[in-house]
Amino acid sequence: MHNFLMVPLYGDLPLFPPIASKQAGEINSLYWFISAVSIIMTVLIFACIVLFAWKYQRRRHAHATQIEGSTRLELTWSILPFLVMLIMFAWGAKLYYAAEHPPKDAMEIFVTGKQWMWKIQYPNGIREINALHVPVGHPVKLTMASEDVIHSFSVPAFFVRHDVIPGHYDSLWFMPTKVGRYHLFCTEYCGNGHAAMIGWVYVMSDEDYAKWASGGGAQGSLAEQGQALFQQFGCATCHLLDTQGRCPNLRGLYNKPVQLNDGRTVIADDAYLRESILDPNAKIVAGFEPNVMPNFKGQVSEENVIALIAYIKSLSPTTPASQQGPQQRPLSATPLKGPALASHTR
Amino acid sequence: MAETAQPSVASATHDLEAEASHLRHHFATPEQQLDASTLGMWTFLITEVLFFGGMFTAYTIYRFLYPAAFESTSQYMPVILGGINTGVLICSSLTMAMSVRSAQLSRYKSLTTFLILTMIFGATFLVIKYVEWHEKWVEHHVPGFNFQYPEYPQYFYHAQILFFLYFCMTGMHALHMVVGMGLLTYLLVQSIRRVFNSSYFTPVEMIGLYWHFVDIVWIFLFPLLYLIGYRK
Amino acid sequence: MATIAQEKPETAEQVNYLNVSHTWKSWLFTTDHKRIAVLYLISITLMFVVGGAAAVAFRMNLLVPEGLFSAETYNRLFSMHGIIMVFFFLVPSIPATLANFLIPIMVGAKDLAFPRINLLSWYVYVFGGLFTLYAVIRGGVDTGWTFYAPYSSTYSNSYVLAAAFGVFFAGFSSILTGLNFIVTIHKMRAPGMTWSRLPLFVWANYATSLIQILGTPVLAITLLLLAFERIAHVGIFDPNIGGDPILFQHLFWFYSHPAVYIMILPGMGVISEIVACFSRKRVFGYNFVAFSSMAIAVLSFVVWGHHMFVTGESMYSSLAFSLLSFLVAVPSAIKVFNWTATMYKGSVSFETPMLYAFGFIGLFTIGGLTGLFLASLATDVELHGTYFVVAHFHYVMVGGMVMAFMGGLHFWWPKITGRMYSEAWSKFSALLVFVGFNLTFFPQFILGYLGMPRRYHAYPPEFQVLNVLSTAGASVLGVGYLIPMIYFLYSLKYGEKAGNNPWGATGLEWQIQSPPVTFNFEETPTVTEEAYNYGPVEEVVG
Repeated sequence: MHNFLMVPLYGDLPLFPPIASKQAGEINSLYWFISAVSIIMTVLIFACIVLFAWKYQRRRHAHATQIEGSTRLELTWSILPFLVMLIMFAWGAKLYYAAEHPPKDAMEIFVTGKQWMWKIQYPNGIREINALHVPVGHPVKLTMASEDVIHSFSVPAFFVRHDVIPGHYDSLWFMPTKVGRYHLFCTEYCGNGHAAMIGWVYVMSDEDYAKWASGGGAQGSLAEQGQALFQQFGCATCHLLDTQGRCPNLRGLYNKPVQLNDGRTVIADDAYLRESILDPNAKIVAGFEPNVMPNFKGQVSEENVIALIAYIKSLSPTTPASQQGPQQRPLSATPLKGPALASHTR
Repeated sequence: MAETAQPSVASATHDLEAEASHLRHHFATPEQQLDASTLGMWTFLITEVLFFGGMFTAYTIYRFLYPAAFESTSQYMPVILGGINTGVLICSSLTMAMSVRSAQLSRYKSLTTFLILTMIFGATFLVIKYVEWHEKWVEHHVPGFNFQYPEYPQYFYHAQILFFLYFCMTGMHALHMVVGMGLLTYLLVQSIRRVFNSSYFTPVEMIGLYWHFVDIVWIFLFPLLYLIGYRK
Repeated sequence: MATIAQEKPETAEQVNYLNVSHTWKSWLFTTDHKRIAVLYLISITLMFVVGGAAAVAFRMNLLVPEGLFSAETYNRLFSMHGIIMVFFFLVPSIPATLANFLIPIMVGAKDLAFPRINLLSWYVYVFGGLFTLYAVIRGGVDTGWTFYAPYSSTYSNSYVLAAAFGVFFAGFSSILTGLNFIVTIHKMRAPGMTWSRLPLFVWANYATSLIQILGTPVLAITLLLLAFERIAHVGIFDPNIGGDPILFQHLFWFYSHPAVYIMILPGMGVISEIVACFSRKRVFGYNFVAFSSMAIAVLSFVVWGHHMFVTGESMYSSLAFSLLSFLVAVPSAIKVFNWTATMYKGSVSFETPMLYAFGFIGLFTIGGLTGLFLASLATDVELHGTYFVVAHFHYVMVGGMVMAFMGGLHFWWPKITGRMYSEAWSKFSALLVFVGFNLTFFPQFILGYLGMPRRYHAYPPEFQVLNVLSTAGASVLGVGYLIPMIYFLYSLKYGEKAGNNPWGATGLEWQIQSPPVTFNFEETPTVTEEAYNYGPVEEVVG
């Protein structure tokens, strides 16, 4: 189909994004509240200008009535709009707070952004590029790393976005509410392939998802891949089999507090484990020496780190089921939180 | 009849009628010209505060991010040389103030003398700074030029950033000192030609302000870079 | 009433600042603020054409979903468009041209406080512009005008250093201009010209100058640090070796957010002048409008974090930045309400400057309101990095500032050149600009809401119709900007001679000759009245 410009046209003219997650619906309501206020204010101002320009045009109103001002009016039209803005602020802050705090039982999927693709790793070992498969109705948390520059993971249909900044983990979470296929974009300029760093998010029903996930990864689960790397890079020699006490034991370490040699106590979470691999001298456990563990930066990619962390997590017996990937989780048994799916019409 | 503005402090020490010979055409009165020059120089110095402020911010952030690395670097800070430089700069500010005073009193010889002394102090500062930097060069502590940190390999990269900030801040300061030396040279030439006297010494005063500012930046730099964390 | 210079009888050509000397030396070594303003006008127009050409080119690319050019070319085009338009057009636009010309006259002075520094600021600007044009000719920079690390410091293969140095010098030009204005406004007001009698244009540029001197030095040091990182790879912004790329963003936005207020406040000053003149009425709530400029200048420094809501800022700082960003909207809203109220019971006429003022008020309102979506945390997350942001800032910067600049040019052209332009053509191109602008940028709000990211040379096919509309609008907008260049140039030779006060406006600038003599006033005026004294105050609204 061509228009008169002889330029090929595709499709129709979309005006509204799909609303495919719980927070998308909530944020969309705020969006339309702000839009309503904006439209009202715009119409008001435009109407006043048109009215005054017509009613007081020189032909009809030759003499201008000089008016100094009105403090009362000024205060009114400052304070009232500001109060409305406070609603926008508070509402936005509340939804933002929720977006920053994923539920504890969210299914975790790992994303690595690099020029110019998104690499997805699932706990069951499946790996994908530029595609993300998630089951409908379950909260999903993405833990993201960048191999190089700043990227930004964005799924407009879910109303989620977070920058992926090299040097640490960033995360976002969502709960999909509508089966379908939705755009995935990189939204932080990252070089020549920025516009190519796009893909699809597939939201599937529980059965379809179980079918898709049942294959598992060719090299085993993510934790098994990590175990292979653990051997390959020689970590096993110190961290599991060492008898000379050169390095901390990793069994049962995940999410436990660790005392450092400078007196601080930190939690051995994902960020700590990542830093310990890529910058081991940043934090030294109390009783151990610096400059013992080799620095693996440049040798171990972010994806490998994710796999290694999955393995280290598996060394802790109390890892909750949701952290181990979608396969192990009894999908039908978990009660759904949030609004019923059928009521979504967008 | 034009309204006269409030007499400023400056008018107590400037013979404003005689300053009219240096009056530029767009100013109504010599007092206005002096006021404008003074406000102009202060405004410029405020921009310099913001300029150095950016570097101080970066320094503060990395100092608190990497306290252990910072502590390890501070033993390489030449406190003695830095301390001497602090004294040198303070003396140079004194001689600068004395030169302003000399101009105020039309004492041509002492004006020239104090300007020369200020320049000697300034040059001393720069020479000592060169010595400091040369030491760093020899020790391979110049980031980007074969940086090495063998005693604390665990802090290599963090120390590199901190040393970079050291060079950036002292380097910017030294650059401002060099500009100041150029300005002082101009003042020296003009003072030898007896351009400045009690009726007109605005440039001496303004460049004096600039010089004092450069000194104050150093007064902040010295403790932050050299003294904190220092232990012998 | 200010002392009126005796109007000379129009015998042969009056001596004015333009014809007093014709040698190239008299122009390149001038210290006359009016000539320097004309030099700036020529330079920024040239830069506008270059930046605009880049925009036309990349909008062409966006006609088809797969893009017409390569990604590399596209990325350089949008980056150069942003850098040139922000640093070499918008930031200097009104201050270096209109304000440079008018502020001494409006305060009753013969020149700015430091005329030679004024000239220096132009040379520094040209020097920076040449650096940037060098970068363009050699192939451009592809980091975006925001130069984010580590892409710009470690990964980009383009002319980052040349562009950064160009911007660095443009920044110094800006600082020198701001410094000059501050001292002039403080120290060179004519007798009787108290602060509360200053035209609002002066207040607006004073506030702008404060931002210029406080914010721009931070940009300077940021660019220097970036340059060192790129040259020596010291690690300050490289996370692989201990640096923090977010530090770059904080330092960058600490200047660049106040910079957007540098880019709008002078425009607001122009609108105050135009609305007062063409309503024949004092501006409603003079004190509030004056202080709102100052409030914007102060608040502009504490909202920069709203550019970084998706970077993982702490919850507390996000909350603070969001709240303050809403707060900074209030003084802008006050201005819009006051301009509208100025027309109430005024006597309104519709010359071209007033048409541009209408356009400004309407489009700035839309642009400002769309900023609320970005100030609110949750909606910002959805809209950040999309075309919604692009549409928002073009509404305020182009629908706002550029319209104000055009309005100001049309308002003061007779004063600057002594000639009138064709009213028919000017009204026509004002209409073209308004229509073209909305057609270009309104579809982009929808594109952003749909999720189309910015800085994409290719996009999913369903976005094409909106992109085609936008490109069509850009063509109309381009024509709307070209036509004034033609009739303005034409007017220089063939335009009707303007008298001292063709609009019948108040203000010292309209009391003197058009074009003015080199030293502006025959004798220093004494001011006895407030600004916009179109008549005695008749009504006091509660």
